[in-house]
Amino acid sequence: METLITRYRNVSILVIVLFAQVLGLAVQVKRSSENESSRLIRIWAISVVTPLEKGIVGIQNGVGNVWHGYAYLRGVRRENRELKAEIAKLRLEQVRLSQDAEQGRRLQALLGFKEQFISRTLPAQVIGSSGSEQSRSIYIDKGSRDGIDKDMAVITADGVVGKVLRVFNSTSQVLLINDQSSGVGAILEKARLQGVLRGTPLGEVVLEKIMVDEQVEAGDKVLTSGGDQIFPKGLPVGIVTKIAKGNELFLSIHIRPFTNLSRLEEVLVITQKAEKAPAVKEASTPRAVDILSQRLPSVPDKPPDEPKKPAAADPETNQAKAIQAPKPGVSGSTNLRLQSPPKPDAESGPKAAAGAAAASPAAVTKSEPVTMKVSQSKSKPEPAARQRNSDDVPPAPPAQEKPH
Amino acid sequence: MPVITYTSQDQIEVYRFNLSVAIGVPLMALVAQAFLPRWLPFMTIFDLPFLVVIFFAVARRSQVAGLITGGVVGVLQDALGGQYIGMYGIAQTVVGYGASSLGVRLDVENAGARFLVTLFFYVTHEVVYFTVARGLVGLTLRWSWMRELGAALANAILAVFLFALLDRFKQRA
Repeated sequence: METLITRYRNVSILVIVLFAQVLGLAVQVKRSSENESSRLIRIWAISVVTPLEKGIVGIQNGVGNVWHGYAYLRGVRRENRELKAEIAKLRLEQVRLSQDAEQGRRLQALLGFKEQFISRTLPAQVIGSSGSEQSRSIYIDKGSRDGIDKDMAVITADGVVGKVLRVFNSTSQVLLINDQSSGVGAILEKARLQGVLRGTPLGEVVLEKIMVDEQVEAGDKVLTSGGDQIFPKGLPVGIVTKIAKGNELFLSIHIRPFTNLSRLEEVLVITQKAEKAPAVKEASTPRAVDILSQRLPSVPDKPPDEPKKPAAADPETNQAKAIQAPKPGVSGSTNLRLQSPPKPDAESGPKAAAGAAAASPAAVTKSEPVTMKVSQSKSKPEPAARQRNSDDVPPAPPAQEKPH
Repeated sequence: MPVITYTSQDQIEVYRFNLSVAIGVPLMALVAQAFLPRWLPFMTIFDLPFLVVIFFAVARRSQVAGLITGGVVGVLQDALGGQYIGMYGIAQTVVGYGASSLGVRLDVENAGARFLVTLFFYVTHEVVYFTVARGLVGLTLRWSWMRELGAALANAILAVFLFALLDRFKQRA
């Protein structure tokens, strides 16, 4: 017996090691809380590898900052000019979008909808990946001590990235949307069809659970539906590239993610979401008198030095004045609320704010409203006042300058 | 007392490594595997920890050392990935054992032999991994011969250069 064991010592050890690993696998598969059963090994591995990765990333960033901040400044002025021009363009666009958002909120309030707001995000740096094609995940340099929790959504300015899979003290593992074990509730923007986004073994993203008889076009945008309770509704995911017949009665819709998942550097973790009914401002509620005052022909102001005539002297003018006469809460000064540009979160960068604004209308609603006092003219409504009601009344023709 | 094993024709030398090399090289391979795809996405086709397991297994020519190296590196790979722990572990254990068994019998010091050994064991590694993933865990992995053979070739070519570099750390036992 002893000779047998000595003779087959190596094979015996191999069998024992393999059996132990198979047993370990079986335990993990059996237990639903897989994370807990293997957590210790993962912590050891992470604590060995991530400090090195963080060190490399730190050195890389330091060198990159010195190079780009002090040495390589070619084209910076031109880029600065272009960025300023873009800011100006975006500001104009934002005014329009804020009007649309305001209208959307009013409609949501009318229908009793609740809205999800991204109330806080945390920027994080990608420090590594799983390094395997079988498991598509990344590591970020923020962990539980930074407020990261499991199942938090991870995004970039371009779109959705994934969700937090495991959280460690100063690191987190993020499961990418192209991993085959991931699942994201998604909706097609034009067709308004809801499905589930899944990764494939080849690292592609496919939208499933849409029936074969539905009309889906290539080029349609895919957004998060909010149905998974992880990603807020309306975040951009990708674009439809190919439509094929999938399993059984469902289509297999191939999606090209907006975010380049293989070249991630910085991401945003949505650390706090809020769900509430959209707030509708009192001032923006349409009132009959406001609509009437815009539809009626305006009367020019009279010069202040002109002597007052008896009311009965000019019945036509008096009629118009009677309609436009100051009424409680209508004339005088009106509180008009305009949306300020979305302020980046205290912890987020400007890219984050831009991304959040682009990503979701909810991000726009996050910005704090700025209250401005706009005095409403009796004779001619101010452009801002007209904008306020532009959703509720048909667009009026451009105001003609009347000779005084 | 150095352990010398023999084949029918030639004397095959056994090598040992410093503790720092024995720990540091697999660790660096794991870090590089996790880090490099950030800049070079095509790097995911290479399996640096696998190559390191092959190198140490062949150089040490000890089946126990080979399977333990493979097992530990594989489990660490699993721990860094998102899947269950043990999938890479089993595959690397088999590869470590097999490579060291081959190393005992054959001289695999030249570039051609290294190329072929890596090619063969890469496919073995993938077959074991897919078997475990499908049979034990129930994952729906898709096997593609084209992709696997391409990856095997790429890893075999890299192995020739990487092994030449790692030869510098060898010490005769």
